[in-house]
Amino acid sequence: MDECMRIRVPFDAETAGALQAGQQVLLSGVIFGARDQAHQRFAEALARGRDLPVDLRGQVIYYVGPTPARPGRVIGAAGPTTGERMDAFTPELLAYGVRGIIAKGNRSLEVIAAIVQNGAVYLAATGGAGALLSRCIKEAQAVAYQDLGTEALWRFVIEDFPAIVAIDSRGRNLYQTGPAGYRQPHAHSPVNQRPAPGRGRTS
Amino acid sequence: MRELSADLIAARVAALCQEANFDLPPDVLSALDKAGQQEDSPTGRRILNELCANAGVAASERIPLCQDTGMVLAFVEVGQDLHVTGGSLAEAINRGVARGYRDGYLRASVVVDPLRRVNTGDNTPAVVYYDIVPGDGFRITIMPKGFGSENCTALGMLKPADGLAGVRQFVLAAVDRAGANPCPPISVGVGLGGTADKALLLAKRALLRPLDEPNQDPDLAALENDLKVAINGLGYGPEGFGGRVTALAVHVETYPTHIAGLPVAVNISCHALRHKTWTW
Repeated sequence: MDECMRIRVPFDAETAGALQAGQQVLLSGVIFGARDQAHQRFAEALARGRDLPVDLRGQVIYYVGPTPARPGRVIGAAGPTTGERMDAFTPELLAYGVRGIIAKGNRSLEVIAAIVQNGAVYLAATGGAGALLSRCIKEAQAVAYQDLGTEALWRFVIEDFPAIVAIDSRGRNLYQTGPAGYRQPHAHSPVNQRPAPGRGRTS
Repeated sequence: MRELSADLIAARVAALCQEANFDLPPDVLSALDKAGQQEDSPTGRRILNELCANAGVAASERIPLCQDTGMVLAFVEVGQDLHVTGGSLAEAINRGVARGYRDGYLRASVVVDPLRRVNTGDNTPAVVYYDIVPGDGFRITIMPKGFGSENCTALGMLKPADGLAGVRQFVLAAVDRAGANPCPPISVGVGLGGTADKALLLAKRALLRPLDEPNQDPDLAALENDLKVAINGLGYGPEGFGGRVTALAVHVETYPTHIAGLPVAVNISCHALRHKTWTW
């Protein structure tokens, strides 16, 4: 699993289905950046039966709110934000046809079920490595919702963007299997092994 | 009476905001480096290396360590014999934040209203805490706090009978619930005592103590170490992909409390524990 696989984005359903939790990947191609408020607007558009400003079917969404670019730069720091905050929107977007997500942190049981159901994949980039990751972004453009500033819908051209498959299309979850191997027996009553009230946490 | 101009404060705050976002404090960098030697997980070691490389890129290219350049906390100590001239201190701090974030190409992450959510555009206002101290000096610490970790904050109003075991259980549950979200390896601030609000402030301030400095009270130093070992036993590791290093440090701060209560607060920082101080 240590070997890094180079992948073009967007990728087809077969590629999404073949990725396995724990696999390191280097992504090159086009992805779309969106976070909290852009997701809110996606949900409103879909609820009203309207098109999204960009056809995101088959695409990969990166949860990111970059810092402004210095003059002469493509973009500022641009690492992943916490995926859990988008849990309420994700099942619907995956059903709509989004094929992959890049973010950080564990997802709800509902999101994992939707990943399996739709043959999608959840990739994690290193949280807090925004300076380093910005080097992999070669073009950046706010393509919709520009009034939201950093929370706009972005289009990025990326090259060798490093990520790890966190939740694969069969529901295998690195956020569960990874820590399990290092958890001390009786370290603590395992609150993460069951959904916490109202939070839909996964084990 | 010593005089300090509001303009100088604003200029220094602007610089502190940028330096805090570009330059990881040396104690944090050395803790990450040390973590790399202690981590067994190959993925964990790779991530710790990435984090050190990220700090290098941020410092040399003046690009933020993380795109979440935080909401600004300012901890101010004002000597009671000091006179701030040329405007209000609170305005000077916010002018400095606005200038620092705009000129430093830092992200504006603050919304005017928690429900209406319109961005203020310049990352103001800061959350400011003032202490009036003897003398005529001035000290300000700027702490840009990201919300991946801030969202993992926990407050428990325990019973006195819950004691040390209750505190330990509460802190571990909070860190376990946080899991990968606060970007481990984390630093954990624990506030014990006071009132609910005081405990939360103690937990936040605990994060400002250098990582290699245990509490001077040996009992609390032992508690800090015990909590750190227990947290690392949870197995989350760097970024929550599994490993031995989940916490770089646990800092506990205490305050007298009421006979009926045992407030305990947990405030977590991501691996990029950012702060910068100016003393005048």
